[in-house]
Amino acid sequence: MLRIDTHISRGPKVTFRIDGQAITAYAGESVAAALLASGLRRLRTSPGGGGRGLFCAMGVCQECVVEMIDAAGASHVVASCQLEVSEGLELRSRTFVDGH
Amino acid sequence: MAIDPADLQVSDVLVVGAGPAGAAAALAASSAGLSVTLLDEARQAGGQVYRALPAAFVVDDPKALGPEFLAGEALRSSLRASAVDCRFGRRVWLLRRDNDLGFVADAVADGRSERYAARALILCTGTTERSLPFAGSAQPGIIGLAAATILLKSQRILPGRRTVVAGAGPLLAAVAAGIVKGGGEVAAVVDLNSRLDWAKAGLGMLGRPDLLLRGAGWMRRIQAAGVPWLWRHTITAAEGDETGVTAVTVAPIDAAGHCTAGGGERRFEVDAVTVGHGLVPATEFLRALGARLEWNHGNDCWQPVKDTFGRTSIAGLYVAGDGAGVAGAAAAEVGGEIAALAAVDDLKPGAGRQITPALRRRQNAAARFGRASIGLTRVRSGLVAVMPARTIVCRCEDVSRGTLDEAFGEGARNIGQIKAWTRCGMGPCQGRMCGETLSALASLHGIARETFEPMVGRAPARPVEIGCLTGVPDYESIPLPPSLPSS
Ligand code: FES
Repeated sequence: MLRIDTHISRGPKVTFRIDGQAITAYAGESVAAALLASGLRRLRTSPGGGGRGLFCAMGVCQECVVEMIDAAGASHVVASCQLEVSEGLELRSRTFVDGH
Repeated sequence: MAIDPADLQVSDVLVVGAGPAGAAAALAASSAGLSVTLLDEARQAGGQVYRALPAAFVVDDPKALGPEFLAGEALRSSLRASAVDCRFGRRVWLLRRDNDLGFVADAVADGRSERYAARALILCTGTTERSLPFAGSAQPGIIGLAAATILLKSQRILPGRRTVVAGAGPLLAAVAAGIVKGGGEVAAVVDLNSRLDWAKAGLGMLGRPDLLLRGAGWMRRIQAAGVPWLWRHTITAAEGDETGVTAVTVAPIDAAGHCTAGGGERRFEVDAVTVGHGLVPATEFLRALGARLEWNHGNDCWQPVKDTFGRTSIAGLYVAGDGAGVAGAAAAEVGGEIAALAAVDDLKPGAGRQITPALRRRQNAAARFGRASIGLTRVRSGLVAVMPARTIVCRCEDVSRGTLDEAFGEGARNIGQIKAWTRCGMGPCQGRMCGETLSALASLHGIARETFEPMVGRAPARPVEIGCLTGVPDYESIPLPPSLPSS
């Protein structure tokens, strides 16, 4: 519903998961944009417990970071506005309060 | 560091940033016969303004995407046809001087480390958006105006179903018109400036009637959609729930940004807010390299000291584009060309083209336009003064205005003290998001903004995974001491 589909055609449909929830997106989209289009605005929790989400969309603010789980099960913290969606991508949001 | 010397890529000229300035600089240096490497974080050239669509998207009607998209396409095809070595998807995290090599850049690309070196370095790293916070502004759903342009132009996604567009400068009109054109709803445009402020800025823009006409087109589209444009207003607070913003309150202000007496508050229910207060040069690499900076009183920001060609205080280091002083994309392209011609002349006198008066005239006309729009986005001290104590200034570390006021009150005078006492500016954005607000707050405590350095340029300039730099150790090969016999 937020996607603007005039003048362009998106890439093929892909499905990825965040916190176990399946998200449908289109190849070429950034994870942050795809999550926003699915109605997921909150991506993490700040040290004080506040919600945080996409802010600069250009990889500077780091407000949009999520954890990407690789094939070996290791997690990598990445800015979701700089990460392209791909089929089978496994993500975890940082919505915990880590007491830091 | 785990970089094989064989992997060092040496060229005559290294250009960092492939927006209009960087692309033009790379093309000009390359056509003079020098070897040129062009680095950018994005996968395609264009920068923020001439941004490309993701490669997986198919453009059915390029003209409908607007003149900036077309200018970007032209730039990208010139680069493809040139001898410029384009290395995109590279995140530069360290730039330093080296006695033998000149300048060295360390970058990561898809989890690998790379190193580039050149005698001449042209920095075309663009701007950061200034964003003055308000109560509740750190919530999800509230994004920058620059972020909104990326969503609209490149991702082709609306920021929300119903959006308030707020702040200052030409991006207000561009974003609001983009949302309307994309089928979204704009609840209101909340503009710090008055009609008269715009009219005055418009006078300075007369040299570029093409751009003025575009602005007029945006305004017509916004008006036709019945969007209220609230002159001299600001957002005073945002409300929200667990998932993000749900409403904002706006109020009229005076020229200095103070809320005017007598109310006039309005509330808008929204699921998105896009807000920004102007663009300022990104200075982290200049700071890291030790280039001299100066305070720009027109735009209330730091910018590099440079000559009319873009030579900085460091021999061999050049700047061009908005990162050299905000003047807009058109000026950036000419500036990039001029800086490259200067670099060519310094490396190989006589090898390049002359910088002609016509080129200069083109640069001046374009820069006048950019400067006129800057006047609209200068920092209003009132906006900072009225921020409630609970307002989050440093998003990374959750430091509020109240905490910062306390630190200044107790005698903090520089960024080192502020960091040590409050943690403000110590998060992963390294002060890029809060630095502007912090120095505006400092000035309320009697510290002149031009004496307050809100950030230090330290590596890594962008977060990088330590494994990319060190390589992943092979645990099997680590010699382990024999375990002690249990007693
Ligand atoms: S939104 Fe700022 S880094 Fe992704």
